[in-house]
Amino acid sequence: MGAFLLRRAVEAALTLIGVAIVVFVLVRVVPGDPIAMMISPGASEADIQALRALYGLDKSILAQFFIWAGHAVTGDFGTSISLRQNVVSLILSRLPATLELAAAATALAVALGVVFAVLGIMWSRRFPEKIIDGFNGVVLAIPDFIWALAFILLFGVLFPLAPISGRIDPRIEFEFVTNFYFVEALLRGEIAVLADLFAHGWMPALALGLPLAAIITRVLKGSLDQAMVEDYVTMARVKGFGRLRIVVGEALQNAAIPALTITGVQFTFLVGGTVLIEKIFSYPGIGNLAIDAVINRDLPLIQGLIVTFAVIFIFVNLSVDMMYALLNPRLRHG
Amino acid sequence: MSNTVLTIANLHAELRAGRKTGPGILRNVSLTVHQGEMHGLVGESGAGKSMIARAILGILPRSILISDGSIDCLGRQMVGLADSDRRKILGRDISLIPQDPLTALNPARRIGAQMTDVMRLHLGWSRARAHDAALALLNEVHIRDAEAVLRRYPHELSGGMRQRVLIATAFACEPKLIIADEPTTALDVTVQKQILRLLREMQNRHGTAILLVTHDLGVVAKMCRSLSVIHSGMIVEQGEVSDIVTRPEHAFTRALFAATPRYDRPADALSPVPGEVVRELEEKAATFDRARAGLS
Amino acid sequence: MAEPAQQHRLSAGLARRLMGDWRVVVGGSIFAVLAILAIGASLIAAIDPLEQDLLLELLPPAWVDGAEPGMLLGTDSLGRDVFSRLVHGSRIALAVAVVAGVLTATLGTVLGLVAGYFGGLADSVISRLVDIWTSFPPVLLAIILVALLGTGLHSVIIAIVVIDWTRFCRVVRAEVMQQRRMDYVDSAVTIGLGRIAILFREILPNILPLVIVLLTLEMGIAVIVEAILSFVGLSLSSDTPTWGGMIAEGRQVIHQAWWVMSFPLLMVVVTVLGFNLLGDGLRATLDPTLRR
Repeated sequence: MGAFLLRRAVEAALTLIGVAIVVFVLVRVVPGDPIAMMISPGASEADIQALRALYGLDKSILAQFFIWAGHAVTGDFGTSISLRQNVVSLILSRLPATLELAAAATALAVALGVVFAVLGIMWSRRFPEKIIDGFNGVVLAIPDFIWALAFILLFGVLFPLAPISGRIDPRIEFEFVTNFYFVEALLRGEIAVLADLFAHGWMPALALGLPLAAIITRVLKGSLDQAMVEDYVTMARVKGFGRLRIVVGEALQNAAIPALTITGVQFTFLVGGTVLIEKIFSYPGIGNLAIDAVINRDLPLIQGLIVTFAVIFIFVNLSVDMMYALLNPRLRHG
Repeated sequence: MSNTVLTIANLHAELRAGRKTGPGILRNVSLTVHQGEMHGLVGESGAGKSMIARAILGILPRSILISDGSIDCLGRQMVGLADSDRRKILGRDISLIPQDPLTALNPARRIGAQMTDVMRLHLGWSRARAHDAALALLNEVHIRDAEAVLRRYPHELSGGMRQRVLIATAFACEPKLIIADEPTTALDVTVQKQILRLLREMQNRHGTAILLVTHDLGVVAKMCRSLSVIHSGMIVEQGEVSDIVTRPEHAFTRALFAATPRYDRPADALSPVPGEVVRELEEKAATFDRARAGLS
Repeated sequence: MAEPAQQHRLSAGLARRLMGDWRVVVGGSIFAVLAILAIGASLIAAIDPLEQDLLLELLPPAWVDGAEPGMLLGTDSLGRDVFSRLVHGSRIALAVAVVAGVLTATLGTVLGLVAGYFGGLADSVISRLVDIWTSFPPVLLAIILVALLGTGLHSVIIAIVVIDWTRFCRVVRAEVMQQRRMDYVDSAVTIGLGRIAILFREILPNILPLVIVLLTLEMGIAVIVEAILSFVGLSLSSDTPTWGGMIAEGRQVIHQAWWVMSFPLLMVVVTVLGFNLLGDGLRATLDPTLRR
């Protein structure tokens, strides 16, 4: 079990080091000069050279990579060119917002996906199943970006239900110790703050989670369908259990593994989706930061963000592997 | 009769595809199981014996339709019974010992949970009380270290152990009727005898009626007092085991006996069921189908 | 080899099957309408999509009070006609869909064919590349790419091709590996056809239906990616009407004028659903044995 997890971690890390190298090289070989974007017009050639040297851009790409990697392992990712702040502290201050958003979206996706898969199986081969399948097809075809805008239009403007930008109402006077606003408000029992965070958060979280919910529904419904003809399900019927209890109590746990796999894979896309969703809802996370970093060609910040995303992915992959073990008792002793 | 637990009368079942009905799966099946007796239902694979078991439990495949006849179990009509009413009977008054203990236990749930759930559902017992009852049942089926077994997952037990667990579970709510559907087919030969002995022992202790579905006439001869022989969906012979074993009336039953391996005879003495016997039976089956086609 | 007459009968049967599938009909119709809009844009929408009139800014659609006659879907914040911009925007959407779709399909299919047929080192390199590619969020990759390449239609198309070739490569590779074991490949070898000839003349025709289905879906994705990049401000300048650009502008004035964002958003949704329906329908009709 431990060896299995370790192997998966190493695999994931190797892939992501590959990604880091590809991106590192890519941002440097493509024409365009980050220094050109930050200097005032009329700066002398000597000034430009000085700045290039300051950010290490005058060396070869290989040399740059090793210098950067050498600093990175000590936790030093340099200074953001466009924001003139330490990259690590910049990312750390924004990361909690994104983590909370992604976690909320995943939770919503899992909840919706499981509920609709179970309902579909309960109504198997009857009319409501067709409605669920049809609706699911539409949700699958439309990406989070479109959902976000549609929600803004529907629940922000035409039928105003909730605020459509930001993470929290700036008028709320509450001193947060951490940047995990939601967790902190929850722990400190601040109902009013929690309600405001919820009002701001449900739309981006739902937009982000809906496509994943549709994928979970489809995969889980398929594997539930298979599980429902297993002998142990027949045994449960013969014991006199009702259909809901059989689906949830007997089939679900065995059918969950394929759905979990796909959730793990799709989580990458969900985290990638935060980039746009945060932009659309002016939500102050690392996704929003990433777009600005890319547009300003802020190399240190881009690199720092990529490593951040990479760490998140490794962490998620490992969590998924641990969940397998929890769901499948056979693995625990393997 | 007041001491019957199961009466099947003139049961017909057909394969159904859309509007069309196909050939008969069960043809005019009648069968009675008395309180506390073990009744053998014997036939080759595909003869329809498992379909009878499934019809009683109401778990026939969607494609098979009961077209006529009745299944009376403890005074209740099982054919066409509403699902909610059936659920009150299943598990409590009737239970099943399945064919394959390897697939009949949920791989993701502990043995204890799978044994106690049925008692908690039907008898309304607390977790603790059902747990104690499960311990007692495991002792009855001669499982040592029962406390530890309750905490295990199915894959940690051998096939024979799992079948013992399933037998114990079948007796959990003191049902009036247990359907044992080929309970030893999937097991090792060495384990088969132990399981049959255990089944007999449990039946004697609890006084439960058992419908033993099997392809092995030898097993029935040893275990049961009465038996029904089924072929092509028809009951071809029925009565006391002692009568039928000494003078089988139907050529098919004679043939089945001849095909049953016995320890006191060499293996090459086995003879397959003669072709003309099978043909005769199939003609009879076809006559049934024609007659029903004329009826409807 | 089928006789010409037989081939004709086959294609007639195929056409009938295609027309019998409602998804193909609906999806195909949406695609056709889009094509008509794109080709006849200047005829259908008489008003110049670029003409600004600050006296006519943020006028509502025709059925709402305060509308200007002739401005069917109202105007945006610079007084430009929304309907006209929408119609002209379909040109960019369709161009990106077709060009990026076909290029992506070509690159992905060729790499998939090579990896699946030749195996060995080529396969390991390509497969590893696919793994690395797909482990990275595509949206972020697209934004990085376009930011580096500079804005413009060609960058958008290059970004889509560079990111999405893996979709084709993975599926085609798996399919080729299966086809390679079939008898017709052996017979082609025995009659002395070269490897390249077998790959392109024998195997490719058999996986073409699959590629067409994927291409249809890819065109829907391309429309979305273009809209996303326009929205982030990385596609074309605001002078060229694009749906994504209109959505971004509409987002700015959403509290004053809901219509500026609604209609282009609706167009994207309908187009994407259309391509998806077409793809699903084609999947079902072209080859019932197609696996996902």
